[in-house]
Amino acid sequence: MASSDLDVAYVARLARLDLTPEETALFQAQLAQVLEHVSRLREVNVEGVDPAAHVFPLFDVLREDEPRPGLTQEEALRNAPRTARDLFIVPKVIE
Amino acid sequence: MTKAELPGLTIEELQRLLRAREVTAREVLEALHERIEAIDPQIDAYLSRDLDAALDAADEADVNLSLGGIPLAIKDIISVAGQTCTCGSKILHNYRALFDATVVSRLKAAGAITFGRTNLDEFAMGSSTENSSVKPTRNPWDQARIPGGSSGGSAAAVASDMAIASLGTDTGGSIRQPAALCGVVGLKPSYGRVSRYGLVAFASSLDQVGPLTKTVRDAALLLQVMAGVDPNDSTSLDAPLPDYMANLETEVRGLRLGLPKEYLVEGIAPEVRTAIDAAVAHFDSLGSEIVEVSLPHTSYAIDTYYIIATAEASANLARFDGVRYGYRAENPRDLLDLYGRTRAEGFGPEVKRRIILGTYVLSSGYYDAYYLRAQKVRTLIRQDFARAFEKVDALIAPATPEPAFRLGERSADPLRMYLADIFTNAANLAGICAISIPCGFAKTPEGSELPIGLQVMGKALDEARILQIAHAYEQSTEWHRRRPPL
Repeated sequence: MASSDLDVAYVARLARLDLTPEETALFQAQLAQVLEHVSRLREVNVEGVDPAAHVFPLFDVLREDEPRPGLTQEEALRNAPRTARDLFIVPKVIE
Repeated sequence: MTKAELPGLTIEELQRLLRAREVTAREVLEALHERIEAIDPQIDAYLSRDLDAALDAADEADVNLSLGGIPLAIKDIISVAGQTCTCGSKILHNYRALFDATVVSRLKAAGAITFGRTNLDEFAMGSSTENSSVKPTRNPWDQARIPGGSSGGSAAAVASDMAIASLGTDTGGSIRQPAALCGVVGLKPSYGRVSRYGLVAFASSLDQVGPLTKTVRDAALLLQVMAGVDPNDSTSLDAPLPDYMANLETEVRGLRLGLPKEYLVEGIAPEVRTAIDAAVAHFDSLGSEIVEVSLPHTSYAIDTYYIIATAEASANLARFDGVRYGYRAENPRDLLDLYGRTRAEGFGPEVKRRIILGTYVLSSGYYDAYYLRAQKVRTLIRQDFARAFEKVDALIAPATPEPAFRLGERSADPLRMYLADIFTNAANLAGICAISIPCGFAKTPEGSELPIGLQVMGKALDEARILQIAHAYEQSTEWHRRRPPL
């Protein structure tokens, strides 16, 4: 749990987030402090303790597979920054 | 009653006037509009307002409905069909919601009118509202200071009579902390009590929507309408819904109130300590039994919270990629360049910091050491509360360790900013309900007075109990009647 393990530039690539060199250096220093604080959790004895992903037990919630009103194609595209022919437009993915 | 006095009223007071036909819903909105025009340039609580749409709704309002004709300000992270929902972020600057959040459709069905979108820390990430990409909000009690966050606009609007009441969201204290720092009532319902459908997700296992109001009765009124199971949110709970208003007048004599010793530690401001001690003595005089209890893992809540909340945020915010909605970087070279630059240009510094931290604690090699360990400590924090609630009916504690700090004071120090939430994080991790109510004031060296908040925490789904306790305190004190000098 050594905070020096954090490589902000690498994690930023995982997160699809282009950081400037200045941001990378700043976050590296600031998050090292945060991780230093967080490392206190090592003091806690968690042996035999179940992890809590959620505060209540969750169950699958099933419903009948019946059509319900949803967004129209026009509505679904309304907030999109680029569309054409009723589709979202992205840069070319396949050569 | 002059028109200029209308914005200062509570929901209940307005209901009486509207039903007696002494005022119209249109007049209330016009009065609010004038008040906002006059005051908000100093406070910056609002991001946008659609007066014409609200006036149309006001003319249609059925004042006999439970919230008929009552205007509510909505934090700009909760969807209202046709309105912007910017989340205080450049990445959603032009986004318009296509549907109503369940809380909004329920409030509208009860006759409420949504009027005004309030400022927030970007994606509700912050404790001061300084992380808004648009502008910071100022504390109505001292405009050199922050209103708290992330629901800072919602709290400041209610505190300065620019709203009758408002909605906020609370992931780690974002309703209670600004309510405390602005001197209003702020309720975080138990996890699952209120639907999250239509709330833009920050940390899905922690987020809840709740009311900010001038009185505890108003909070009970709003919760009554907002609460309940929703087929569109599988984490909402199908639990019996009590009549919150009917239960409010039950006296607190004989109730056992726990005072968690870990919440009265070094580092808490002396004025806060004094106010909490006085509140404890007050409950004693009302006939409640005060019991010292221990929540041994309290000091680990902040660390647990910032691992779990950022982990969930990093996943939730992956959806902002410049394709389906919001900001998009110009002239991308390829898909990765589109994602990377859209997010770099669209998100502010605090959101980026949290995405990095959250991605890191979930990443291969670190998941067990951070995320899994935090989930286990979360279990221990829940167990602390479960044990305490075997002995007491509710817990009382400060809502914040100190009154409002100055704008800019902590912007460069994220860790110190995070510590503003030390007394509120645990309730979200445990899924319990909690409310902050005004309980005193601290004098600043400059001569201004800053509100202090008392937090009442109850077991999951026991909102009726904490509302009853908060109401008893409020009815026998005068703090909630004070208004900032504006």
